[in-house]
Amino acid sequence: MSLLEVRDLSVSLGGRPVIRHADLAIGAGEVVGLIGPNGAGKTTLMRAALGLIPASGESTLAAMDETARARAVAWMPQDRHIAWPVAVEALVALGRLPHRPWRASLTTEDHRIVADALRQVGLAGFEARAATELSAGERTRALIARALAQQTPLVMADEPIAGLDPAHQMSTMQTFCDLTAQGRSVFLSIHDLGLAARYCTRLVLVGEQGIAADGPPGQVLTPEHLARIFGIEAHLSNGKEGPVFQPLRVLGP
Amino acid sequence: MKRLLFVLGLLSLGLLTVSLLIGPAAIGPIESLEAMVAPADTPLALVMQEIRLPRAILAFMVGASLGLAGAAMQGYLRNPLAEPGLLGISGSAALGAVLAIQSGLAAAFPLGLPLAALSGALMGVLLITLLAGRQGGTLSLILAGIAISALASAMVSLVLNLSPNPFATSEIVFWMMGSLADRSMEHVVLALPFIVIGAVMLLGLGRPLDAMTLGEDAAEALGMRVASVRRRLIVGAALVVGASTAVAGTIGFVGLVVPHLLRPFVGAMPGPLLPASALGGAIMVLLADILVRVIVPEADLKLGVLTALIGAPLFLHLIYQTRRTLA
Repeated sequence: MSLLEVRDLSVSLGGRPVIRHADLAIGAGEVVGLIGPNGAGKTTLMRAALGLIPASGESTLAAMDETARARAVAWMPQDRHIAWPVAVEALVALGRLPHRPWRASLTTEDHRIVADALRQVGLAGFEARAATELSAGERTRALIARALAQQTPLVMADEPIAGLDPAHQMSTMQTFCDLTAQGRSVFLSIHDLGLAARYCTRLVLVGEQGIAADGPPGQVLTPEHLARIFGIEAHLSNGKEGPVFQPLRVLGP
Repeated sequence: MKRLLFVLGLLSLGLLTVSLLIGPAAIGPIESLEAMVAPADTPLALVMQEIRLPRAILAFMVGASLGLAGAAMQGYLRNPLAEPGLLGISGSAALGAVLAIQSGLAAAFPLGLPLAALSGALMGVLLITLLAGRQGGTLSLILAGIAISALASAMVSLVLNLSPNPFATSEIVFWMMGSLADRSMEHVVLALPFIVIGAVMLLGLGRPLDAMTLGEDAAEALGMRVASVRRRLIVGAALVVGASTAVAGTIGFVGLVVPHLLRPFVGAMPGPLLPASALGGAIMVLLADILVRVIVPEADLKLGVLTALIGAPLFLHLIYQTRRTLA
């Protein structure tokens, strides 16, 4: 079953082509990492696939109406700004909006889902704290919990682990991996190629105005791709500790 | 939440009653209330039904409009400094009123002024919808509103500048200070439909505005159509603010201060803040309109002057309290 299918997607921003003729499919039970240099079009690709910006080509999510899409995919944008000092619990409960009828208050089931989401990101006990008073990392985790509470088959997140401490980076990636057991999938952009290699079941490399590579981490993080798209040289081994990736040096122009 | 609305509703009804009992004619409270339902053939019944009742109802309507529009604007723009005047609607309504006073339309028939002010407000709405209604983010809406406000106030200045009639000039200046004195039931009937329709549109924005706490992108992905929210906000706010300005002049600070005061009581959620702010605005304007009649009954203190006098220090106090979290 495909949770997202993108065919021949092209996006231009301000008259400049950013993504050309991209094809991508995400099935059930995957953690797909979207990697690529700054400005390669990771965010643009994700927003176009969601139908948040105009694009040519097809995307199954963009074709849905708003209500159906809100139940099919949860989206965590890169913008971490929370406008009002709402309680963390109320913030996470916003993820239940697409499942709640107009004006209905939260059910016990909603409360359970919110509590679970908070536990998954390690924010249990923070329920009553004002979201605006959290640290940047805590705020990021609260927003991840918000996306999880939406309980959609697919979770899309723009650099969800940027700015988190190592423990929470790994536990967040593990949370995403755990979702696959229920057949849910995660599509996230990520700059930490080491964590991407270890936790993602698949990597999609964006560069040269399109998808440059798509496959298991070992097939995407090749010396040739790293040199051509990122301009770096790196070490990748697969020993008893699992895949270990370490960037070594920047390649000259 | 329900308790808060109950308390605010009770307070506003209480003040509405007090507002009915206050006036230059010294009448006992029981007597006044009896005259309210009596046939309108005694002077007392006339005073109550033709002078005090419309004044109290208008205070409620105008206050609720400003409080509600302020809360909706702040929720949509995600900014506690937003206020109803930001869209330039009250400015363009004022321009319409000023032209009516200057041209003699206001003196020609009783509803000339409010009707001209409403037309001005509609022109303002048209302009802002053309400039920022279809697309563009919150910033383009703010900038369009500032441009329209500036244009309207420049035109008002031009009218004042070229006015050959000093009486018209002073009338314009006093009108712009905002007042509810000497209004009739006709004013209520004129403003009511616009305010009711606008209020219904704004109160329906609770859910999308809650989602907007996370930003436009996240709200859109939560199933809210942000572009349609913006259109409803502009039209709804324009209707309530335009109609309020048309009958009461410009009354500042209500839409800015009231949402700010009530935000802590609704857990800072923009949706529940909407009805609370509407009632809060009604309370503030009713209170201010009672005060202008009590403090200096002989001097015709203007309502807008008093709301600004109460509102500005209150706002300063709030900023002082919350400056750490605002940074």
